[in-house]
Amino acid sequence: MKALQNIGLSLFIIGLVIFISLIFVGKYNLTNETFEQFVKDKGIKSELFINDMKTKVVDKEFSNPFSFSSEIISSLEAANETHKSNSEWGKVIWGKASSFTFEIAKSSGYGIVRDNKWLFWFLTFGLGILGSLLYIIPTVVTGGTAATKNNGVWLNPATNRGWIGWFAFAFLVGFYMLLYFNPDYIVNWVYIVDPISISLSGNAASQWFLYGLLYCTVMTVMAARMYIKYRHNKYQILRTTSVWFFQIVFAFLIPEILVRFEKPWYDFKNAFPLDYDFFFKWNLDELIASGGFGLFVLVWGIFLTLVIVPVMVYFFGKRWYCSWVCGCGGLAETLGDPYRQLSDKSVKVWKYERYIVHGVWVFAIAMTALTLFTYFSGVQQMLWIDMLGTHLIKTQVVQDAYGFAIGSIFAGVIGTGFYPLFGNRVWCRFGCPLAAYLGIVQRFKSRFRITTNGGQCISCGNCSTYCEMGIDVRAYAQKGENIVRSSCVGCGVCADVCPRGVLKLENGDEEGRISTGPLTISKTEIKLNSNVL
Amino acid sequence: MSDHVVIIGNGISGITAARHIRKKSNMKITVISKESDHFYSRTALMYIFMGHMRYKDTKPYEDWFWEKNRIDLINDFVTEIDTDTKTLKLQDKGNLTYDKLIIAVGSRPNKFGWPGQDLDGVQGLYSLQDLELMEEKTKGISSAVIVGGGLIGVEMAEMLLSRDIKVTMLVREKNFWNPVLPVQESEMIAKHIESHHVDLRLQTELSEIIADENGKVKSLKTSKDEEIPCQFVGLTVGVTPNIKFVESSKVHWQIGVMVNEYLESSIPDVYAIGDCAEFKKHPTGRRHLEQVWYTGKMMGETVAETITGNKTIYNPGIWFNSAKFFDIEYQTYGSIKNKLEENETEFYWEHEDEQKCIHIVFDKETRSFLGINAFGIRIRHNVMDRWLASKMKIDEVMSSLRDANFDPEFYKLHEQEIVDQFNQENNTNIQLKKKSWKRIFSRS
Repeated sequence: MKALQNIGLSLFIIGLVIFISLIFVGKYNLTNETFEQFVKDKGIKSELFINDMKTKVVDKEFSNPFSFSSEIISSLEAANETHKSNSEWGKVIWGKASSFTFEIAKSSGYGIVRDNKWLFWFLTFGLGILGSLLYIIPTVVTGGTAATKNNGVWLNPATNRGWIGWFAFAFLVGFYMLLYFNPDYIVNWVYIVDPISISLSGNAASQWFLYGLLYCTVMTVMAARMYIKYRHNKYQILRTTSVWFFQIVFAFLIPEILVRFEKPWYDFKNAFPLDYDFFFKWNLDELIASGGFGLFVLVWGIFLTLVIVPVMVYFFGKRWYCSWVCGCGGLAETLGDPYRQLSDKSVKVWKYERYIVHGVWVFAIAMTALTLFTYFSGVQQMLWIDMLGTHLIKTQVVQDAYGFAIGSIFAGVIGTGFYPLFGNRVWCRFGCPLAAYLGIVQRFKSRFRITTNGGQCISCGNCSTYCEMGIDVRAYAQKGENIVRSSCVGCGVCADVCPRGVLKLENGDEEGRISTGPLTISKTEIKLNSNVL
Repeated sequence: MSDHVVIIGNGISGITAARHIRKKSNMKITVISKESDHFYSRTALMYIFMGHMRYKDTKPYEDWFWEKNRIDLINDFVTEIDTDTKTLKLQDKGNLTYDKLIIAVGSRPNKFGWPGQDLDGVQGLYSLQDLELMEEKTKGISSAVIVGGGLIGVEMAEMLLSRDIKVTMLVREKNFWNPVLPVQESEMIAKHIESHHVDLRLQTELSEIIADENGKVKSLKTSKDEEIPCQFVGLTVGVTPNIKFVESSKVHWQIGVMVNEYLESSIPDVYAIGDCAEFKKHPTGRRHLEQVWYTGKMMGETVAETITGNKTIYNPGIWFNSAKFFDIEYQTYGSIKNKLEENETEFYWEHEDEQKCIHIVFDKETRSFLGINAFGIRIRHNVMDRWLASKMKIDEVMSSLRDANFDPEFYKLHEQEIVDQFNQENNTNIQLKKKSWKRIFSRS
C-alpha cells in the first residue's frame, strides 16, 4: 500500500514538473496572414503598431513566450503613447495588454505541444489525476479506521507551514499571477485543453477555460479524499457531493453549453456581490441583447441575491451557500481541507477580519451603485467632495480597481495562494462581499446555530484548531454557550473532531438560539455555564 | 486593601476559581504553578503527541488574558505552607503571604511499589513534563506495555499506535474498565480496542519491570510469569492527589486535602478543590475523591462563590461524564454502575456493528429513569438532566428518545430499533414521538 502511494506521489510530481516546464517549450511565429486577420478582427487602426509589428515580430521565430510577448507589448505601448500625445484617440488600442498578447500568442505558437494536445493533456492532467488517486485511495487502509484522524497534521511539513507548504504556496501564487496577469506565457497550458473545450462549447479554449477545467479536476480528485477521510460522517459526504455537483454542473458545464447555443456564459448559482460584475455595463448590455434568456438571467440574478439567499440563510444558515453550493467554498472544502488548521484564531485577527470583510462589502455595493448610476444616466464620472478636497471619480477606474484588488489579487492570488499558510478560507473570511452579506443575515435573523451540549466540553481545542474560519469555537463551548457567528460557514468539522460529542449544527427555533440559558446543574444557585470574564 | 487570594495550581479547577473570583470581586489574585506559564487543557495532551494540535492550541485563553484580568501568574513550586502566618514558601521566589488560599494542585500517577517502577522508560501521563518525557522516551522504539485499563491507558495506547509502536495492555480485572462499566459495554470496548491491534491482556498484572545494562527498560514480567519485551512502560493505574507539600503543614489531609461541603479545609481561609480535595462526606453521597474535569470546574466555581461572600455548598447535581475509546465516544448521565442494585432493572441495546450501544437503568417498581450509558451515539445533556431530575418514567423516556439524540445531521438514527427492542423485551407498546424543539428547550 505504501509502495502504491509512493508510485502515486512520483507520478504526481512528474506530471507537475512537465506542466511547469511546458511554459518553456515550443516556438512562436506570427505569420503575416494571421496578423492581417487579427488586425481586421480587432479593427486596429494604428499603422504605427502594424508597421512596428511587421518589422519586429511578424514572420520571425521566437523561442520562448517572454521575448515574444515583450516585443508585442513594447510595440503596443510605443504606438499608444504616440497616438495619445497626438490626441489620435481612434487609433489607441484599448484593453488589457496581456489579453491582447494572449490572443496573438495563442494563434502563433507551434511545436510539439500544439501538435500533441491529448498526449500532453495526459502527461500533465492525466499523470496528476492518476498519481493523486494512487496516493489518496490507499488511505482507506493506511489511514486507519473510519473516524476522524488528524494524526501528524502538525508534524507534517505539507500541513504545518513547513517547506512543502511554502512550495505549494509559491506554486499557487505563481499560477494565479500567470493566469491573471500573464496569460500570454501559458498558451501551451491552454492548447492542451483545446480539444475538451471544442467538444463542449465548440470554441477553442481560453485561459479561463483552462482555469475552470483545472478547478473541476482538482475538486474532483480532492473530493475523493474527502469521501475517504470523512466516510464515517454523512453530513460531510453529502456536503462534499453538493459543492462538487454545483461546481461541475452549474459553474462549468451549463455555462459552456450555453455558449454552444450562443447564449451568454452564465453561472446560475454565482450570486451578486460575489459575482461583482453582474451589473457592469458590458454584462447588462449582453444580457439585454440576448433576448428572453438574457432577461431571465437578469431577473434570476436579482432574485437570487435579494430573495433566495436571505430566505435560505434564515432557514439553514449561510452554510447552504458557502459550504454546499459556492465554487470558492467548493475549492476550500476539497483542495483546502488539509490546510484548515492554519487559520488564525486570535481575537486580534477577528477584529481585522470584521473591518476587512465588511469593508469589501461596502466597496462592492458602492461600486455597483456608481455603475448603475452611470448606466442609467450616462454620466461617466462623479465629483466627490470631502475634507481632503475635491475628487473626480471615474466609474471605469473604480471598476478596474475592484477587479484588480478584489477580483484578482484577493480572491485568486491571496484567496487560494495562501491556503498553505493561512488556511483554506482566507478569501471567504476576509474578502468575500457575499459572505459578509450572508453573515449579517445569519447573525441576526436565522434558525441556524451550533448547539453546545450542556457541560460536556473539556476545552481540548480540537474544534477551534480545525475551524477554517478561525472561530474560537472552544471559547463558546466551554461556557456552555451556543455558537452564533456571522462568519461560520457550517462546514461541520468542529462537531466532527470533538471527542466528547459537544457540538451539533442544527436549525431550530429562533428562541433561545444565541444562548440556550445556563444549564442548571443542581437545584442550588450553582450554574455550570456562566459567562466568561 | 482588598484580600489577596493565592491559588496553588493552574489547572482547570484553580483557573476556574480565579476567573470567577475576578468576575465577582476586586481581590488580588495570584496563581502559582511550576508546570506551565499559562493554563492549558490537560485533556488535550494526547492530541499534542499525535500531532492534532500544538501546545499553544491547547491554551483556552490567549496569553494577554491574564494581565488584562489582573490575574498574576507565578512560575514556581510551593514547598511549605505556614497557616499561622499565612505564608507560602516558594522554591525560587521567596515567601508569599495570602489572605485566602486555594489548593488546586491536582494529581500524580499512582505507583504501587513494583520492582523497576522508576527505571528509565517507565512513566505515567498527567503533566506537560510527562508528555515531554514520553516524547523523548518513545523516540525510535518499537514496542510498549501499558499497565492499567483506564481512560489514560486507552489514550496512551492510541498515542503510541499513532507512532507505529506496538502496544500490549495489562488489565487486572476480568473485563475492561470493569470498576466503572457494566459487562456489556466492557466487552464491546475490549473488542474495539483489540480491533485497533492492541494486545489486550485481561486478568493480568505487572509483577516486575526488567532493565538492560544501561538501566533502561528491556522487558516486563506479568503476574502470569510471561516476559514481554518492550522499551517503554506506561503506568496508568489511576492517580493520587499531588499534596506532598501539604503534609508538613497543619492542614488536615488523608489521601487528599480533607474538605467539608463548602470545600473548606481544617484551617480557616484554606480551601481545596479539584483532584486533590477529599470530602469528609460528599454532599451528594458520591465518592470522596472526584478526579474529573467537570467537577474540578464546578468546585472552582463553588469556591469562588464562597470566597467572594456567598457561602455555597458544593452541589454538582446529576452526574455526567464522557470519554472516548479510540473511535467510540462515550457519554454517561445519572447513575449506572457496573452491577445493578436491588431495586434496579436494565435495558441494553447494541448495534450490530458493535460500535454503538445504549444502556439504560430504571427502577423496577416506580419505573423511574436512573441513568444511561451511550456509546457511539451522542446524547443531549440538558434533556438528560431534566429527565433524570424529574425522575421521568422509562416509558416516557423511550417514547421521547428522539429529543435526546445529539448526533450530527443526516446520521443514521436508531431510536425506532431501540424502542422496538424495548417493547419486545418488556411487553409494552410504546410509540416513538416526533422530535420536539419545544420539549428539548423546556426548562421544567
